[in-house]
Amino acid sequence: MANLPILSSIIWLPVIGAVAILAFAGFNKNNPERAAGFAKIQALIVTVLTLLLSIKMVLDFDVSNPAMQFQENIPWYGMVHYALGVDGISYLFVLLTAFLMPLCIIASWKSIDKRVVEYFAAFLLLESLMIGVFCATDLVLFYVYFEAGLIPMYLIIGIWGGKNRVYAAYKFFLYTLLGSLFMLVAVAYMAVTAKTTFIPDLHKFAFDPAIQNLLWLAFFASFAVKMPMWPVHTWLPDAHVEAPTAGSVILAGVLLKMGGYGFLRISVPMLPFASNYFAPLVFVLSIIAIIYTSLVAFRQTDIKKLIAYSSVAHMGFVTMGIFALNATGVQGAVFQMLSHGIISSALFLCVGVIYDRMHSREIAFYGGLVNRMPFYAAVFMLFTLGNVGLPGTSGFIGEVLTMQGAFLVDRITAIFAASGVILSAVYMLTLYRKVMFGPISNPKLADISDMSLREIAIFMPLVIGALILGFMPSLVLDGTNSAALNLVNQFHAAFR
Amino acid sequence: MDITTLSNDLKHMIPELILALGAMSAVLAGAFMGAKSSKWISYFCVLLLLAAGYAAVRCAPLEPVEIFRSSLIIDNFGGFAKLIIALTSAAAVLLSIDYLTERKIDKPEYPVLAVLAVLGMYIMASAHDLIAIYMGVELQSLALYVLASYARDSAKSTEAGLKYFVLGALSSGILLYGASLIYGFTGSVNFTNIGNSALNNPSVGLTFGMVFVLSGLAFKMSVAPFHMWTPDVYEGSPTPSTAFFAAAPKMAAAILLARFCFDAFGDVPNLWKDIIAIMAVLSMFVGAIFALQQTNVKRLFAYSSIANMGYALVAIAAGREHGATALLLFVSIYAISSVGLFGVLLSMRDNEGKALEKLSDFSGLSKQRPMLALALTVLLFSIAGIPPLAGFFGKFEVFIAAVNGQVVPLALVLVIASVISAFYYLRIIKIVWFDEAKKSIAGGLATTRFSVAGTTLVLAALTPFIGLLYAAAKLGGNFIK
Repeated sequence: MANLPILSSIIWLPVIGAVAILAFAGFNKNNPERAAGFAKIQALIVTVLTLLLSIKMVLDFDVSNPAMQFQENIPWYGMVHYALGVDGISYLFVLLTAFLMPLCIIASWKSIDKRVVEYFAAFLLLESLMIGVFCATDLVLFYVYFEAGLIPMYLIIGIWGGKNRVYAAYKFFLYTLLGSLFMLVAVAYMAVTAKTTFIPDLHKFAFDPAIQNLLWLAFFASFAVKMPMWPVHTWLPDAHVEAPTAGSVILAGVLLKMGGYGFLRISVPMLPFASNYFAPLVFVLSIIAIIYTSLVAFRQTDIKKLIAYSSVAHMGFVTMGIFALNATGVQGAVFQMLSHGIISSALFLCVGVIYDRMHSREIAFYGGLVNRMPFYAAVFMLFTLGNVGLPGTSGFIGEVLTMQGAFLVDRITAIFAASGVILSAVYMLTLYRKVMFGPISNPKLADISDMSLREIAIFMPLVIGALILGFMPSLVLDGTNSAALNLVNQFHAAFR
Repeated sequence: MDITTLSNDLKHMIPELILALGAMSAVLAGAFMGAKSSKWISYFCVLLLLAAGYAAVRCAPLEPVEIFRSSLIIDNFGGFAKLIIALTSAAAVLLSIDYLTERKIDKPEYPVLAVLAVLGMYIMASAHDLIAIYMGVELQSLALYVLASYARDSAKSTEAGLKYFVLGALSSGILLYGASLIYGFTGSVNFTNIGNSALNNPSVGLTFGMVFVLSGLAFKMSVAPFHMWTPDVYEGSPTPSTAFFAAAPKMAAAILLARFCFDAFGDVPNLWKDIIAIMAVLSMFVGAIFALQQTNVKRLFAYSSIANMGYALVAIAAGREHGATALLLFVSIYAISSVGLFGVLLSMRDNEGKALEKLSDFSGLSKQRPMLALALTVLLFSIAGIPPLAGFFGKFEVFIAAVNGQVVPLALVLVIASVISAFYYLRIIKIVWFDEAKKSIAGGLATTRFSVAGTTLVLAALTPFIGLLYAAAKLGGNFIK
């Protein structure tokens, strides 16, 4: 056991679990209930084991070392290698993914009633693909993982989604595919010019400044869609609204982070001149995302859509932090992504709780829930405030750091971004007031029950996570510090 | 030609000899044993094809060898292509066995014709002069015309065969006309001599001849604007024949086109590069856009094959140094997926055994035939080029070739065409997984099932072992001196 490569174990364990689930279902064709029960328990066990492995990886991680750790490298074909490794920027994303997964499994325990086996198998496959994105240190392998995630996500939205699921699934897939294929051309170009696809080597390779802008735009096409940045964010609200609750959690919690991670792993270190050149553009788009989508969020009548738009706004802080191109901004961006991974996941789970009971996501449908569901109201309150960025929650640290990073570079941007904090308070608190306070106007809500033990079990880790990161941000920042400094130093070294 | 050279040359022709002698003995056996024997002869032909594929790899020399006064060239480029041609054809013949028996059109001629067509493709794959081109193309085409019209009681099948024949004869004529022009202006039919003339004393007549030959070959490869026959022939032919058309002949025609461009006109790429590029762009758009409105799955796959051949042309346009490996890798993966896809289509039968070919017939397949649905999903995502499936690597190598060969604009067109095509592949997956069942689907016959499972497993296994295929394609791609 001791010699087992830990990253490969984390990546492949869910795949093995998925295969086992499908095989068990194949042998129990006549007894679908048994197969479904097995699938649930198996998925839970596998995701918890993956989480334990990830925790072990995080504990073994040497935070003072900015280089790739736990490296693995097997030739795959041509110049492409199956190369894995994590550094200070990526290792916490692995933990975040592994952390959210068991929660998703528990959240889907009762709400999924058709094709249970396929559902849990798809989720496990998705988990390994997502972790693969954060571990890959080969550009082509990175692309493979980045893109392959589309397949299970397409099926999850399309099979287990809401009324308009087909439209949303298509939109999600084609939007992302178009962006990604431009990235693939850029990947091919880089592989050809640098004669390697190993990411740490590519970081050292100086690409011709004349071509950097084009390459940067190709990667931007993919990462901006994934992020998503204004104006290519329109797939997100549709996908979120139609996806099942756990699908939304993964979408908001992990998939959106891949865009930001891609900027940090590829665009900024490999294409420093272009990143510098386009930074003002990213700033402008981030500001528009923060202000415009906040206003759009305010006008939503669907709770999930509102949270989806608020995600776009919060991702605006991330892009702003990254392209501040200083250590504070980069650290803030990573922190903001992790924090948003917890808070927005929790918010989508909150929506799931009442959706499972009432099958409605309309804001107008609800009102006065605090009278019937005090526990729920408390949990929702915490994450509402976290989303607003209240000090003491993780949301505050991320926003402050990214704004500080931007302030060092461009004050106007930071000032505009700060207004976004106020706007987020406006829409989130309005949402909270409409859903929670007042008398119970809808008779259907008269005997809505409070959270069950299962649901409380889902939210406890998230509550703890959001508060711990809020009070002890050093847990994350110490880990990301050396890698972020290294990234920024490398970036500035290119200009010397 | 003395006896030692002859025997030496024949040594390099063992795969072709296996096919020729095997086909002849199969015809004789069929004649003696009567119509009942068709099943056994089919199995015999499958073995024959596998043996020829194995022999093609075993006989491929380290250095290219020109035989029969340089009319054929035996090298790894052709060797790789022959292996894939043999494997996909064997899978297609296997698909046909139970289908033909069920329709009561099982005659021993069917597998024999397939073997003869493969013999033609083998000659195409090693052609090194204009005569060999024409011989290979005609041997292949004549066998294919018959396969297209094999269900002779069906009006559609007859129509498909006739259409294929008339248009195919026209294109052969064009090819022959171009060949005669080239011969007239260079005084030689040999690729090496033609290449020297093209470099040293170019003439308008030679260019004209080249364009005619390119057009003829483009017809065989079904790339736009010479693609018109494809949807009709795909739709009308019996499905096993379509499965056959969709894989091996495409490989052979692509290899032949590449040889003609790289070998004969390799030193003057400016002559053909633009033509290939234009055909590539047209094919990609025609294939991607026209497929959108199809409701018949066979027609849809016909357009998808046109688009895919457009991608293959991008590799050819990248030039001989960079494009050859990508071409082999891409077309071989495409051919394997394509046989698998038609196998799935062949498995789509209602309870009376009638073929289900409408898109809407696939609805709810995942509930009724989960394994078939899974195979179809793997094949479609592969052909759409979504990683981690094998089709992605083929496309990625084409991108690499396009960058290396400095035809990046073509790669960008490929991106757009891929996204449009992804839409209709996704639509099939949507119908299979998201829609509720309308008809009951009986599933495939034994040999069909075997063939589908085989191709799908090979394709899935290619993801971890893509290195093997890549190394082989790399070896084949280095055929240029």
